[in-house]
Amino acid sequence: MGGAHCKSPQGRKLAPTQEYKLLAKTYGLLQALTSAEESGNGFHAPSIMEFYPQIVAFEGTVFALNRIMIIRLIVVAVLLVVFTLWAGRVRKAEKAGQLVPSRFQLMGEISLNFVRKSIAHEQLGEKDGDRFLPLLTTIFFTVLGMNITGIIPGFNIAGTSVIGLPIVLAAAAYVTFIYAGIRKHGMGFFKASLFPAGVPPVFYILVTPIELLSTFILRPVTLALRLTMNMIAGHLLLVLCFSATQYFFFNADGIMKAFGAGTFLFGFIFTLFEMLVAFLQAYVFTLLTTVYIQLALADEH
Amino acid sequence: MITSVIKLAAEATKNPLIPEPYDMFWSSVVFVILLAFFWFAILPNFKKNLDARADAIEGRLAAAEQAQAEAAAKTANIEAEQAEARAEAAQIREAARAEGAAILAELKELAASEAARLTATAKAQIEAERQSALVSLRTEVGALAIDLASSVVGASLQNDKIAAGVVDQFLADLEAGDKAGKK
Repeated sequence: MGGAHCKSPQGRKLAPTQEYKLLAKTYGLLQALTSAEESGNGFHAPSIMEFYPQIVAFEGTVFALNRIMIIRLIVVAVLLVVFTLWAGRVRKAEKAGQLVPSRFQLMGEISLNFVRKSIAHEQLGEKDGDRFLPLLTTIFFTVLGMNITGIIPGFNIAGTSVIGLPIVLAAAAYVTFIYAGIRKHGMGFFKASLFPAGVPPVFYILVTPIELLSTFILRPVTLALRLTMNMIAGHLLLVLCFSATQYFFFNADGIMKAFGAGTFLFGFIFTLFEMLVAFLQAYVFTLLTTVYIQLALADEH
Repeated sequence: MITSVIKLAAEATKNPLIPEPYDMFWSSVVFVILLAFFWFAILPNFKKNLDARADAIEGRLAAAEQAQAEAAAKTANIEAEQAEARAEAAQIREAARAEGAAILAELKELAASEAARLTATAKAQIEAERQSALVSLRTEVGALAIDLASSVVGASLQNDKIAAGVVDQFLADLEAGDKAGKK
């Protein structure tokens, strides 16, 4: 707790510059993507259209389903099934008076405790950590589950690579940290956020707009963008590597075919990297949400 | 053909930062389902279960601790009893030794007195025997003297002169002895 308090002011100062950079990068990526064209010759260059697959049902309505939406629903189903099985196993063990948890039980406990202890309790303390645990757990497992489909053969695209879900999660985080602040400090929360103590009043002309931008606009925007852009970039990299492999192996002639091995190796390495990114993004999203809540709850801003 | 190309071209400018309505809809559905699931189905049981297990483990630990304390107390009791018994035994041994010493001293004393008594009796007996020996010696000496005398007398009766001298001497001695005895 103490450490988080000490770290937070520095983090707040750093955050805007990082966020501007992220936005700039995003813009560059978008430019590159939207100008990408089909290059023919059998080489399928990845484009932004990867993320708008064909609508398979309910076209034209809000219920429209495409491949990515279906993947999301499958992930939800898998999460429900796995955790329900886990809860059933726990209940059974409890009824049998079995104190030593089985391997499956322990795995669930470790992952739930990762959010509870390492993220929530670490930043918020035990009481507040448990208060906001449902949201934090949901965010963590949703992001992790949706991210990991990016490297699962057959799915090959992350459920979080389309911005809707990151927006919903970021909105939930946004609403929650503002709720936490208002609940704790009333309207004093906005005053403390926008007019930080210890700053000469003259500087509020400069500080207040920056604080407004960084706290109430950039925080949710960067949460959503960081996740989406990571997943989009990861997917495009994998598509690029594997479609190049395909091209080199089957369409190129002679020595050029050898390049395919290189691009395949890159694809393999990036697949492993994406595994790390999937976990890391889930962790970062959850941790930042927790930190925002912690900052809102903190007594002195 | 042309329309599909145009459509493709139009779609190619899609902005990934602007969500489609269906995207928002399904995202919300996903989020709400999972939030409700974790909030109401998984986490309450999770916390309850962890607490229950912690309680159970703590309870068992406490019970074990109590059992251990009891065992330790029992051991201490037994040790104390043993020490007591040992002390008692030592005491008894000490008392026995003292008693033995007393008995030994008494016996020694008894033996000494007995020895003294025996010595005294023996001395008395020896004295008595000496007396009786003296008495019997005296009578025997008398008889022997008489025998000797008679034999001497018998042998020297021929020599009247010596015989008359001895008899006279003897008689004189006897007379002297009588005189001393009368005195």
